[in-house]
Amino acid sequence: MTILTVRNINKRFGGLKALNEVNLTIEEGTVHAIIGPNGAGKSTLLNCFIGRLEPDTGTVEFNGTSLLGLKPHQINQAGVSRVFQTPEIFGELTLLENVMIPAFAKRDGAFTLNAWGPVRGERSLMERAMEMLNDVGLAKKANDVSGQLSRGDKRRLELAMCLVQEPKLLLLDEPTAGMARADTNNTIDLLKEIAGRGITMVVIEHDMHVVFSLAQKISVLAQGTVIAEDLPQNIKGNPKVQEAYLGGAHL
Amino acid sequence: MNAKASSRNDLYLILGFIVAVALGPIIMTPFGGYPDLLQKFAIFGIFAIGFNILFGLTGYLSFGHAAFLGAGSYAAVWCFKLVGMNVLPAIISAMIVGGLFSALIGFVSLRRSGIYFSILTLAFAQMCYNLAYSVLGQPGMNLTNGETGLQLKLDDPRYFGESASESGTIPPTSMFGIEMKQIHEFDLFGMTVQVSNGYFVCALFVILAFYVSMRIFRSPFGMMLRAVKTNQNRMSYTGLNTRPYALAAFVISGMYAGLAGGLMSAMDPLAGAERMQWTASGEVVLMTILGGAGTLIGPIIGAGVIKYLENIFSSFNDQVMTGFFDFLPDWLGSAMVWITSPFVGEGWHLTLGVIFMLIVIFLPGGLMEGFARIGRLFRGSRKRGEGAADAPRVPAE
Ligand SMILES: Nc1ncnc2c1ncn2[C@@H]1O[C@H](COP(=O)(O)OP(=O)(O)O)[C@@H](O)[C@H]1O
Ligand SMILES: [Mg+2]
Repeated sequence: MTILTVRNINKRFGGLKALNEVNLTIEEGTVHAIIGPNGAGKSTLLNCFIGRLEPDTGTVEFNGTSLLGLKPHQINQAGVSRVFQTPEIFGELTLLENVMIPAFAKRDGAFTLNAWGPVRGERSLMERAMEMLNDVGLAKKANDVSGQLSRGDKRRLELAMCLVQEPKLLLLDEPTAGMARADTNNTIDLLKEIAGRGITMVVIEHDMHVVFSLAQKISVLAQGTVIAEDLPQNIKGNPKVQEAYLGGAHL
Repeated sequence: MNAKASSRNDLYLILGFIVAVALGPIIMTPFGGYPDLLQKFAIFGIFAIGFNILFGLTGYLSFGHAAFLGAGSYAAVWCFKLVGMNVLPAIISAMIVGGLFSALIGFVSLRRSGIYFSILTLAFAQMCYNLAYSVLGQPGMNLTNGETGLQLKLDDPRYFGESASESGTIPPTSMFGIEMKQIHEFDLFGMTVQVSNGYFVCALFVILAFYVSMRIFRSPFGMMLRAVKTNQNRMSYTGLNTRPYALAAFVISGMYAGLAGGLMSAMDPLAGAERMQWTASGEVVLMTILGGAGTLIGPIIGAGVIKYLENIFSSFNDQVMTGFFDFLPDWLGSAMVWITSPFVGEGWHLTLGVIFMLIVIFLPGGLMEGFARIGRLFRGSRKRGEGAADAPRVPAE
């Protein structure tokens, strides 16, 4: 079954055509990688899914309903979570609070005046948040202020913030950028495990090692256009892709 | 961070606060405390506690909160005119009116953030001030009595009370027969302590105000407000609608301001437009920052310090200063009087400005940061070299 259908999206920034007639379908329960050189429009494409940008023309449908015109919080409440390329976390709050906030959002909706009972009384929610921190290997730092984390750790924290919501669709914008090799491997293992739980993922990644060990399908974006879409084993041999990557230097 | 320990700390904090408020009149007597001043501590404490829920937690800096305080005090006086002299309905209506005004102004102002938000609140508050000062003080639609201020009259109806007392005067404000202005005196440790009934009412409300603010700080809602301050983008991509959170904080702080205004009128039943002026809005900003924005007790301490210093410095005049520098040679004495006199009396705001500058430059976290530093100094000297300085900075409370 298709979970996300993108049809004929165009997006201009002034004179720059960042997305040009992009079509994409994401199948439920799969990991779909989007690769392409810097500035190809990958992050812009994700921005059109989560309500950060409105495409100039085209449609985005999630589970059969249009996402266009919805506010970011409504799209998240519908089941779409995202890890950003530049980490978006609550830098003045602790790691535990960072993960509890999305958990509250999932349980209580977009707004609740929950002003009387203390946070520390929310035992099950707190335990769940700790579990997520444990999964991404940050449990020891649960009570640290998150702004002090390294970039790789912020990424993993953001991942925990998304996972605690059990999203239907998880968007990952270069989830391992800025991570040490060991952390990258741990993160790949974690992502594989998540994929095993049946969460649909869209992964933008430069690291081909990551892409090939995760994805069931790969779309290649170059200069705002999808130039190829295929199974991982076929992508490497595609001449268009090799050209986009300057003679295949990256592959 | 042990849940049991932190709930025990909160219990100590609230108990300590109650004790401090209860003993306030005794503690302050040697320092020149008197009933009016103590009532001011409590009232402005409430104002600052409420302001801190907005500014300290969400980071939205309102420069218009005096409008809600002013609206509350007008509402309370109207309640004394129409309903009766009991302070409870007056205080409740002041809170409601403060809440309504802040809902309206907050709804519009929160469409912007940062400096634009601040300017919008400032503009709205000045509009309220001008309305109160002139437009709504005209015959025909006289809600505020203009520059004279709203006062009680003998022929006010007071439908649920009596218009005049038996002796033919305007009845005093009271709570179920207990007069606010009545003062009790008792001797203790060789000094005469004065307490007014009004102080007990203010004390009750400041304790309630503090307790409610503590609940909010510790609640999921309070955590969301801190998230608003930290990263609104992340919040919305996390499925949270930031606007109603900020608006709720705005209205809650507006109700606190209304409560403070209502208490002012309950202690002294008149209301003037100057309570809405931008200087009054600025004062609560100073109190909050001076004490420590975002900390639980900082703003009350800030309110107390400013009202106490105001009380001292504004009472000084050239004669007092001359007496003060009596011990110096004549020429030096008069030079000192010449230098210091702009900082006292009417000019006490100059002193306030200097103090505020010093605090913001040297203690950006306010007095609470100062206390925390002193605390660390003591702990640090006991177990030196354990990396106390590297410990993550948590807001002092
Ligand atoms: N908000 C924006 N305003 C103007 N130009 C933008 C904006 N966002 C992205 N761009 C431009 O669009 C192009 C695609 O950017 P992006 O989607 O971030 O690429 P990628 O993620 O594939 O590296 C780049 O040339 C970038 O400079
Ligand atoms: Mg990108």
